This record gives sequence, C-alpha cells and structure tokens, in this order.
Amino acid sequence: MFTRVEPGSASLSGGNVLDFEGSPVPFRSGDSVAAALLAAGVSPLRETPVDQSPRAPYCMMGVCFECLVEIDGRQNQQSCLTRACPGMIIKRQHGARTLR
Amino acid sequence: MSSLRDAIVIGAGPAGMTAAATLSEGGARTLVIDEQPAPGGQIYRAVERNSDNASLSAVLGSDYADGAALVARMRASAAELRFSTSAWRIDADGTVWTKADGKVERLQARTLVIASGAMERPVPVPGWTLPGVMTVGALQIMLKDAGLRPCGRLVLAGCGPLFYLFAAQCLEAGVSDLVLLDTAERANLIPALRHLPKAVFGHGPGYLRKGFSLMAALRRRGVKIHRGVSNLRIEGAERAVAASFRAGTHTMRIDLDLVALHEGVIPSQQIARSIGCAHRWNEEQQCFLPILDSMRETSILGVFIAGDGGGIVGAMASAHTGALCALAILKRLDKISDTEFASRKAVAQQALDAHLTIRPFLDRLYRPRDEMLVPADEVVVCRCEAIRARAIRDVVRRGCLGPNQVKAFLRCGMGPCQGRMCGPTVSAIIARETGQTPDATGYYRVRPPLKPVSIGELASQYEED
Ligand SMILES: Cc1cc2nc3c(=O)[nH]c(=O)nc-3n(C[C@H](O)[C@@H](O)[C@H](O)COP(=O)(O)OP(=O)(O)OC[C@H]3O[C@@H](n4cnc5c(N)ncnc54)[C@H](O)[C@@H]3O)c2cc1C
Ligand code: FES
Repeated sequence: MFTRVEPGSASLSGGNVLDFEGSPVPFRSGDSVAAALLAAGVSPLRETPVDQSPRAPYCMMGVCFECLVEIDGRQNQQSCLTRACPGMIIKRQHGARTLR
Repeated sequence: MSSLRDAIVIGAGPAGMTAAATLSEGGARTLVIDEQPAPGGQIYRAVERNSDNASLSAVLGSDYADGAALVARMRASAAELRFSTSAWRIDADGTVWTKADGKVERLQARTLVIASGAMERPVPVPGWTLPGVMTVGALQIMLKDAGLRPCGRLVLAGCGPLFYLFAAQCLEAGVSDLVLLDTAERANLIPALRHLPKAVFGHGPGYLRKGFSLMAALRRRGVKIHRGVSNLRIEGAERAVAASFRAGTHTMRIDLDLVALHEGVIPSQQIARSIGCAHRWNEEQQCFLPILDSMRETSILGVFIAGDGGGIVGAMASAHTGALCALAILKRLDKISDTEFASRKAVAQQALDAHLTIRPFLDRLYRPRDEMLVPADEVVVCRCEAIRARAIRDVVRRGCLGPNQVKAFLRCGMGPCQGRMCGPTVSAIIARETGQTPDATGYYRVRPPLKPVSIGELASQYEED
C-alpha cells in the first residue's frame, strides 16, 4: 500500500527495527509507529470492541484514535503521535472502549 | 519547575511559533508545548529534518520549505520548547496539565495561547471506517514525516486547496495510478463568484494563480478526474477495494488499493470547548468557531486563540494571528508601550487582512455537499461506537433535542476519540431533524482528559508534588 520515496531508507538490516506482535518491523528514523506499521503492510491494526469491525489509522494526526496500540506495556498509545524507537514492543490492543 | 510563566503556547505550527517567538523576543517568559516530536504544525511538519533532503523538498514545494525560517526564529528566541508533550487538561486560570513519556506535569501561566490548529472535516460516507480509507491530510503526513507514498491505485475523493495540492505532490512523488473524484458541487460556482471581486485585493491574486497552476499541472499530466462526484460509497469487507459514485448522470465503480477523503478543514475545538470558551456557528465555514475579540482573546480573560483553531485562515494568516495574540499579551504584561503596541498591531493586522481576501471565495466554492454534512441513515457517524445516522435520528424523534442527550442515550461521542470525529455530524443531524439553528442545538460538552492518561501516569505527578 505504501512505498518509500527513497528506496531502501528502511530495512531490517539497519538498527531501526521494532517488534510488532513478535515480528520485526523496520522503520526510517523519524517515522511514527503508525507509519512504520502501515509501511510494513500491517492492516487492520485493531478491531472495535463494539462490533469487531476492522480498523486502521485514519487521520495520522491524533484526532481519530483508530491507531491505539500497546507500546512497551503501556495501553492506549496513539501510534501516529509516537516516534518509532529501536526495540519498541508493540502489541495490538483488545477492548478499551474508553480511555480510563 | 512549577513557577509562574507569562505565557504557555499550546501548538508549534505557524501560529504558535510566531506567537512564541514574538512573546519571548518581547521579554515574556514563554513555554511552547506540542505533542508532535518536532516543530512545524501541520503545514511545516518535519521541515527541519527534511531541509537537507533534496528529493522530498522537491516533492513538497517551496511553501513548505519556507517554514524552516520560522522554526529557526522560534529556536533562536528564549522560549522554552517541549515536544512530544500533550496538553490533556487546561483550566481557565492558566493551568496546563501535560503528559510526556508517561509522566504528568502541572504547569501554570498568566496567559494561554491555544494554537492547536485545525483537523480535517469528518467525511462520513458509507464504508469510511474500512482499513484502506484514510484522509488526504493523513497521506500527506506520511509523505512529510516518513517519506512514504501510496503505491497501487490511489483514489483521492474530495475538494479544496489541500486536495489539489496533495494530488500534485503525489505526482511529484511518483504516484503513477491516481484517480481524482472531485466532489465540489458545480452549483457552488455562481455564489462563490460573488466573492471574487474581493479576492483581487491583497494576496488574493497570488492564491488564485497557485490554484490555477495546480489544476493546470494535474490536467497536463493527464490525471483522470471525475467531476461533480456525489453519492460516494467505499466498498469492501475487510478493507476498501472499490469506490462507487455518481458523476453527472453516470453511476460508476472503480477498483482501488487506497482511498483518501478530504472536505476541507475545521478548527480543532477540543481544547477551547473544554475550557468553556464561547462558540458560535459560522455559516460560511459550516462549523462552530470560538468567539474572539479583535486581539483574538476568547470569552475567557487571558485565554487567546491563534491560527486555524480560531477559524480557517491558512498558514500565512495563522502566523499573523499569532503575532496579534502575542502583542496583546505583551501589552497586558506592560512589556511594550501603547505606541509600540499600536504600530505593531497595525502592521500585523494589515498583513493578516491581505491573506483573508481569498477566504470567502474558497469557503463558498468548496462548501461540502449536504450529504457529507448530514449523512444518510446507513452511514456510521460515530466511528468509535459504530453508531449510524439512523440511530441518532431515532432518538431525536423520540425527544432527544441536544448532542449531550444523544450522547447519554447512544454512547456516541464517548469512545476513545471523545467525539472529535462525530461531534460536527451529530450536531448537524439534530439541527436538521428539529429545525433548530446550530447555535440553539449546540455541541458536545467536552471534558478532560483530552488525551489518554493512565492511573500510573497520574500517580507520577503526585510523587513529584
Ligand atoms: C493534515 C493537515 C495538513 C495540512 N497541510 C497543509 C499544507 O500542506 N499546506 C497548507 O497551506 N495548509 C495545510 N494545512 C492547513 C493548516 O491548517 C495550515 O493552515 C496551518 O498549519 C495552520 O497553522 P496553525 O499554527 O493554526 O496550526 P497547526 O499547524 O495545525 O499546528 C497545531 C499544532 O498544535 C499541536 N497540538 C494540537 N493539540 C495539542 C495538544 N492537546 N497538546 C499539544 N499539542 C497539540 C499539534 O501537534 C500541531 O503541531 C493542513 C491541515 C491539516 C489538518
Ligand atoms: S491515526 Fe488518527 S489518532 Fe492516530
């Protein structure tokens, strides 16, 4: 669905790799977590707790909250506002109808 | 550090950066926070990092690269800058609660400048919740932030300046299979033309020239454009695979890999609403705007709004509104004389006005179709709670006359996005059903936390106190 304007700017051989549900995902330094996941073809990112419909990041600017994931053990993180860091552990989030 | 600052600026886009630089150059102790990892706001996102990237700079154009000067000015000032820092609660007395890297802090200032910008107007059409449907702004963010461009067939559906700008940027970035579904209503043209005489003044002609050259570039490159598109529907089960629509008298269906929607931008209301700033419906921009005085102070003393958050004016004008807020604050703090205030205010106001001559024309030309503002029964309005327009109409007919009542009955607006995505549509549907004005209908009451805060994060604050 997405490709880099500069080919090869993210690869598994560099140090910039995060872990998504046990799989390695490369990123370019400066990527948000959501951008890295979309670039790696991860979709959907979550299901709504209400009707289990599949969802993926929509706005990429912190408005829609469709990008919520668990990052390094912390729930409800907006992955479009979080910069990807080497070694981050990202997990899909189940549940979480509200934020508190 | 919890000592009292002169001003806290929330948001480091063109408005917030100009306000912060003007404030601290004038001797006010200023703190800027932004939830993004770097300054720039939406238009100048990642501009510092991309400045030495020739290929991306060529794609994004000179209006984008120009933002680097403003970032440099703010950095050269004495303003304290905090990035990756969200404001999740703001009180009318100038208290700002922030969250950064899992830690909560309470900050205090004499005055606040809210420069939190705009969001894209929600585009509730059938299928808009499917993976593979994003906004045009979202794709532009991926380009600026991550150098990512769509591959496969990309459909852009919508209208407005940012829509055509991004289409042109896609071509520069090497997107080869691009189809535009232009939703602008032809009937808008005549009423819009009435505003054209005003647009010959100030920077109006410059904006018009840019618009025409964008359109010409799209035509020259042979981009497939369907005009007068209505009845847009995104199809797919697990993800978006096709769009069907009407163009003129034809009904069409096209396959796609990715589709992005855009019906212009509206102010982000969340912060101003949560503090209790008074709002009023604006017919031209088809959205609620905070009520501001000539120096952009809200109904709450000491709380100012700069930039697109106070009404859509564009990036250049946003910067000048930031200067106006800052001058008002400097005067209140006795940092500038009355004469200096008057002369600098006049300069900023004149610069601002020159950018506003084009707005009435643009607002009217790209007014969204009724079907996007008040969607059909089957369309999901509240994405978080998967609530359709039909359910909202049902409860209104059964006696729910305001957005907060609808929220209590249906839970719409109570999911993670806290009503950001459904608020405008819910108010519009209620107003249409009851025949009340938008002002009489009102909007969701917005309460903190504006951003997810965990108990652990809250505890981090008390440990420090
Ligand atoms: C996605 C998108 C893309 C756009 N692209 C262009 C473009 O290419 N060209 C153009 O001319 N116009 C563009 N615009 C229009 C844009 O609104 C500009 O007119 C301009 O960026 C407005 O400046 P601003 O300073 O008012 O707000 P913005 O530039 O939007 O800056 C607001 C800042 O506030 C921050 N913020 C918001 N809420 C919080 C919070 N709770 N805590 C901390 N920080 C917060 C945001 O992270 C952001 O950096 C775009 C708009 C959007 C929504
Ligand atoms: S993608 Fe919309 S909030 Fe992150």
